[in-house]
Amino acid sequence: MTHLVCCVSAEEERRVRANDREYNEKFQYASNCIMTSKYNIITFLPVNLFEQFQEVANTYFLFLLILQLIPQISSLSWFTTIVPLALVLSITAVKDATDDYFRHKSDNQVNNRQSQVLIRGSLQNEKWMNVRVGDIIKLENNQFVAADLLLLSSTEPHGLCYIETAELDGETNMKVRQSVSVTSELGDPNNLASFDGEVVCEPPNNKLDRFSGTLYWREKKYSLTNQNMLLRGCVLRNTEACYGLVIFAGPDTKLMQNSGRTKFKRTSIDRLMNTLVLWIFGFLVCMGMILAVGNAGWEKEVGSLFQSYLAWDTPVNNFLFSAFLSFWSYVIILNTVVPISLYVSVEVIRLGHSYFINWDQQMFCSQCNTAAEARTTTLNEELGQVEYIFSDKTGTLTQNIMTFNKCSINGQSYGKDTHNTCRLDFSPFNPLADPDFCFYDDKLLESVKVGDSCTHEFFRLLSLCHTVMSEEKSEGELVYKAQSPDEGALVTAARNFGFVFRSRTPGTITTTEMGRTVTYSLLAILDFNNIRKRMSVIVRNPEGRIRLYCKGADTVLLERLHPCNQEVMSITSDHLNEYAADGLRTLALAYRDLSEDEWEAWSESHRFADKATDCREDRLAAAYEEVEQNMMLLGATAIEDKLQEGVPETIAILSLANIKIWVLTGDKQETAVNIGYSCKMLTDDMTEVFIISGHTVQSVRQELRRARERMIELSRGSGGGVGKQLHGSPLPPPLPLSNLMDNISGEFALVINGHSLAHALEADMEAEFVSTACACKAVICCRVTPLQKAQVVELIKKRKKAVTLAIGDGANDISMIKSAHIGVGISGQEGIQAVLASDYSFSQFRFLQRLLLVHGRWSYLRMCRFLCYFFYKNFAFTMVHFWFGFFCGFSAQTVYDQYFITLFNIVYTSLPVLAMGIFDQDVPDHRSLEYPKLYEPGQLNLLFNKREFFICIAQGIYTSVVLFFVPYAVLSNATQSNGVPLADYQTFAVTTATALVIVVSVQVVLDTGFWTVFNHVFVWGSLGSYFIIMFALHSQTLFRIFPNQFHFVGSAQSTLLQPVVWLTIALATAICIVPVLAFRFLKLDLKPQLSDTVRYTQLVRQKRRKPPEGRLGARGGSRRSGYAFAHQEGFGELITSGKNMRLSSLALASFASRHSSSWIDTLRRKKHTHTPPSGRQMTLKSIF
Amino acid sequence: MVKQESESANRPDNTAFTQQRLPAWQPILSAGIVIPGFVLIGLAFIGIGVALFVTSRSIQVLELDYTGDSNGSPCSSCSQSVVTNCKCSLNFTLTTLFQGPVFFYYGLSNYFQNYRRYGASKDDNQLYGDLSYFTSPSSSCSPYDYDSSKKPIVPCGSIANSMFNDTFTLTWTVNGTTNNVPLDGKGIAWWTDYNIKYRNPSVTPLKNAFNGTVKPINWAKPAYELDASDPSNNGFVNQDFLVWMRRAALPNFRKLYRRIDASGDYQKGLPAGNYTIDIAYNYPVRAFNGAKKIVFSNVSWMGGRNEFLGIAYLVIGSLCVVMSIVMLIVYAKFKFPDEE
Repeated sequence: MTHLVCCVSAEEERRVRANDREYNEKFQYASNCIMTSKYNIITFLPVNLFEQFQEVANTYFLFLLILQLIPQISSLSWFTTIVPLALVLSITAVKDATDDYFRHKSDNQVNNRQSQVLIRGSLQNEKWMNVRVGDIIKLENNQFVAADLLLLSSTEPHGLCYIETAELDGETNMKVRQSVSVTSELGDPNNLASFDGEVVCEPPNNKLDRFSGTLYWREKKYSLTNQNMLLRGCVLRNTEACYGLVIFAGPDTKLMQNSGRTKFKRTSIDRLMNTLVLWIFGFLVCMGMILAVGNAGWEKEVGSLFQSYLAWDTPVNNFLFSAFLSFWSYVIILNTVVPISLYVSVEVIRLGHSYFINWDQQMFCSQCNTAAEARTTTLNEELGQVEYIFSDKTGTLTQNIMTFNKCSINGQSYGKDTHNTCRLDFSPFNPLADPDFCFYDDKLLESVKVGDSCTHEFFRLLSLCHTVMSEEKSEGELVYKAQSPDEGALVTAARNFGFVFRSRTPGTITTTEMGRTVTYSLLAILDFNNIRKRMSVIVRNPEGRIRLYCKGADTVLLERLHPCNQEVMSITSDHLNEYAADGLRTLALAYRDLSEDEWEAWSESHRFADKATDCREDRLAAAYEEVEQNMMLLGATAIEDKLQEGVPETIAILSLANIKIWVLTGDKQETAVNIGYSCKMLTDDMTEVFIISGHTVQSVRQELRRARERMIELSRGSGGGVGKQLHGSPLPPPLPLSNLMDNISGEFALVINGHSLAHALEADMEAEFVSTACACKAVICCRVTPLQKAQVVELIKKRKKAVTLAIGDGANDISMIKSAHIGVGISGQEGIQAVLASDYSFSQFRFLQRLLLVHGRWSYLRMCRFLCYFFYKNFAFTMVHFWFGFFCGFSAQTVYDQYFITLFNIVYTSLPVLAMGIFDQDVPDHRSLEYPKLYEPGQLNLLFNKREFFICIAQGIYTSVVLFFVPYAVLSNATQSNGVPLADYQTFAVTTATALVIVVSVQVVLDTGFWTVFNHVFVWGSLGSYFIIMFALHSQTLFRIFPNQFHFVGSAQSTLLQPVVWLTIALATAICIVPVLAFRFLKLDLKPQLSDTVRYTQLVRQKRRKPPEGRLGARGGSRRSGYAFAHQEGFGELITSGKNMRLSSLALASFASRHSSSWIDTLRRKKHTHTPPSGRQMTLKSIF
Repeated sequence: MVKQESESANRPDNTAFTQQRLPAWQPILSAGIVIPGFVLIGLAFIGIGVALFVTSRSIQVLELDYTGDSNGSPCSSCSQSVVTNCKCSLNFTLTTLFQGPVFFYYGLSNYFQNYRRYGASKDDNQLYGDLSYFTSPSSSCSPYDYDSSKKPIVPCGSIANSMFNDTFTLTWTVNGTTNNVPLDGKGIAWWTDYNIKYRNPSVTPLKNAFNGTVKPINWAKPAYELDASDPSNNGFVNQDFLVWMRRAALPNFRKLYRRIDASGDYQKGLPAGNYTIDIAYNYPVRAFNGAKKIVFSNVSWMGGRNEFLGIAYLVIGSLCVVMSIVMLIVYAKFKFPDEE
């Protein structure tokens, strides 16, 4: 025991002794308490403030506040800064506290779950958080596993137990775990209490599929693998109870190790805004410098001579020091270019948008009674900029429900469109039928009833050839436990059509066939594996006839048929094509009669192969191959893996919006590809689908390279051809390779396996991988671990600098959800961990289109308009001081009253722009969905970028010039009609301020495109409030109370009664607004954006036009056998040896507008041709 | 039942507000509005511009510089700072009637009343007549809050201290007789300044309120003796003081000195003839390259002469009209595809 206290920082190996807390405590292993929260009551204030002051903006304002407290510098009262700053800090603090409170709550809920711990020989209920490493805990059926356990024993024979790992890796197949044989005999708690084995194993890590360790017990060593482990997050199924030894607890568990750290997410607009704020700060310093230099010059040349009237302050006894102070004074008064209210307003707008998401009825799912929820309120506008979506499969795209949808029996296809026939009622015909089963074609039922032998044999096969276990709690109440949902669907189908699988023993299968109980003796199970892609059973019926029933992938099965099947085979083959084109998972079924002699002979060879010590697998496969020949085709089944509602449509619309969708799934390649087809990510029209499944670095690299070469080759061929057709010009000269990869025109797809992905994600290959994958229209990664999901997302974030969105429903998606810019959780299913980690949650994948194309787009638009206007407004407001500086000896004299400066951003101009930022719409929601191209400006970041920013501030500066120099020119010599000059400071201040408020109000009126009642109230209300508040502040009453504070008494009245003042304001407004108006009008006429066009057509109520329909119907295509999909090898053996198992499949709704991408390409090419603008082209532009 | 209730509880409200379907006006910059709009604005501006220009042209202004920085000018001897109580006079001739009402301004150039510390250098409480601030003026008045013997200065601060103290008398010589032109100094300050913002302490006689204080350093007379002729025009409500305290926004400014009293011969304004202004030249400006001037002006409904405003209106109005033509051409050429 040399490493007693070694283990905290770098644990090299873990030693755990069962039932020995004292011993285990020496290592200070983490307890089973998890903590995802950030603060507690004491640390909240300091930590939160510290975090908040890490924000550049907050620190900046604090710094300003300190400056304002120095009297020589203070050109503005301190309250202009502290009030908003305190407001911002406290709002943020309250929000953080609430968030953390909910995290505490969920932690507590998890930590306080009960589990049964074996303490001193008896089972006691303990909270999860009190479970220690080395404890033995008891799990019951359907319970969550509390920590990573070593399975010791279970109530099932052979120490087997079944678990569902959906929360962990997203796979819904049940998995088998088996305890080490010596411990499986321990059985009851008393024996377990005296168990004192010691486990030495690897330190905590995040590899879900690997575990290596050794159990030392009674002087013997037993090696431990992943097969012996139950991981936290799994659920125990079909097992009454089991016992396990806690190896890793709490944060050390593989589940927690797999969930990445919580990162604070920022939107790209946020980042841009921070950059811009830094630039503005630089700009501010420059302005300050210019003015300080001006001040130095002025003090030296003029001020020093002016001292008889204006003595220098005693501390300010030379011009350089004065310039230094003047610099800081100007920093204070010019800081309003980035007022705190910017940050507050941005937050308020985002909050408003979040509420709109929460309130959206069209994102409410009535089945699961959940509305969409914006769990993070700070990311909304990024929803309008998404370029990549990473989606999980199971539970996200699919419902994980398999249904027996169609079948072909002896060349006759059954199963109609779900719309035109009604659901069959099986109950009068078959009391054992499953009431949940749906089928719509009564021809099939008729055929069963009239006793068609092929149909009977078909269903008999389905009832016999499988590895399902049944459970009959009471007579007729059958529950099937299938290893995969598609096998369950097949057996259930047979059950409803009168061939009910009742029970099995290692040697027999009992069924009820058309009401008659039949027991078959099960002679052999020729188990499934990935290479064979089929399984068979050999049974002897009560009459003694031996028959082999086989079901499997059509590709392998059709090759092994008896030649006399030719005719049926070709018809069935057509049916299979049809089914596959509908995205269904297909299986072909066949049988073969065996004579007693044949059986004896084969049985002998099988036994021989089985006993072989070397190459047992190969020999067995050869033996199976031998008997699965010359079979008679019965037909084929088609199973639908039910997609979530509207998935293909959503994917089609999203890809029309130029969003690339990647599916990252823990499922097998075949399953994933099939789903790819059924949700129309993959189509048979695709030029090519590349499959990367190499196991070594070299092979992966080679496969990637080959894919690229192929793409370039093909796109040269086809793209060139099309190009020629279109504009009849010669091909462009060949581009360098990297550019070529950006210009791939064909439709390609990439499917990559987890093990290949591991290599592809290595540093030296990631560039290749990204360039290949991003040239493809669709990418599917299968067999990926949660961590790999996150790595893929990180890679795209890093390499493509694109906005990514991850959507998933399971715990295995958490890391991906956290690392993507936006994480979306599918709620309403069982697990909520994904939702807890997500930024947005809703219950249907199809809501994603509304979230992105409607809410995201609006949010982005609104935020951009808001920011443009806000920067404009504040430059217009602030730069006036700069110009005034040249006329007031650079003394940091403000142009406006200090109350005006305090209130300008908070009261006079905040609400109209807020209303615009919250309510504005350029086109209505259904238009956004109708014209997905409207989403593009967000992805290209066109509405607010550095260029737009410069345009805004240029406009702001222009406005400030007008606002200063027009009153300057007019008022300097003007007088009131009673002869009193108008050029006094207060009149000037009031005139400029009023002109400013009016100009920026007119500007917001121009910018607002959607005038709800709120906009009206806010715009006119703000304008009104300006005058009311000004008159109040300039009133005698306030002055009489605080004569020292309200110097401007009487100014408003005296100024605003002068016609000259109003003429000045009108002139300034016209000079500011007229060019903008003309520019916008010309832009609208000469270069209309798609949104302008849509809006225009909408507004003139012209006849609507819908986007052209895509080609209808699907062409026949590659067949995809469903059998291989979710099945695992080894269950046949489990059954024949008296143990157990299962399998799966799927389908979809036909969606019309596919091939979208190809017509988009065509269109793009058209856009690039330089044909003169014509009505026709306008049509095209406006539609896309 | 409970389930249904909870379902309806989870379903978001179906209101126009929550579903973002509020009725809204959605304006668009269509040619039908913008082009006529530009024409209208343009025409309106041109109209106003013409009116302003014509009005402005009818206003008479007479400006006379009396700084004395060039040797030939009448006040050059006074402009040397060593001379005190210097007097000089300016002559000018009006060939026609100077239409009344005529206002008499003094103007200063290169004078920074808008300097921040200058502007802050006063004590509003003191000027509001609050006696407690007489003995302890606000520190914002520094360095003009206490004199060298630590006595409080009332009124304190730079602005008050630098009060303009040249005085003028205007005489009209016609047919050999010299008449004093009556000047009216009442109501030349803002009504609010005179009635609200500035107040003398309610102590009679006023002089007593100033016990224990000293007059501003540059002043010849204390505040309560500013106008010997009119006892009510003293202290903080002295019109000249009020005019000076209302600081100018720009470094070149003019302030109202007097109105020509429209009585007798001067009912219609200043008649033609020779005039002399006698100046008590007390206010030095040459040290900082300042200039002083006297301005006579009359006003219209829009105040004094203001050519810029009229011209600017004319220019902007014409530009609007030109723009509307350009837009019309563009619109005709690249017609918005409304047939789509």
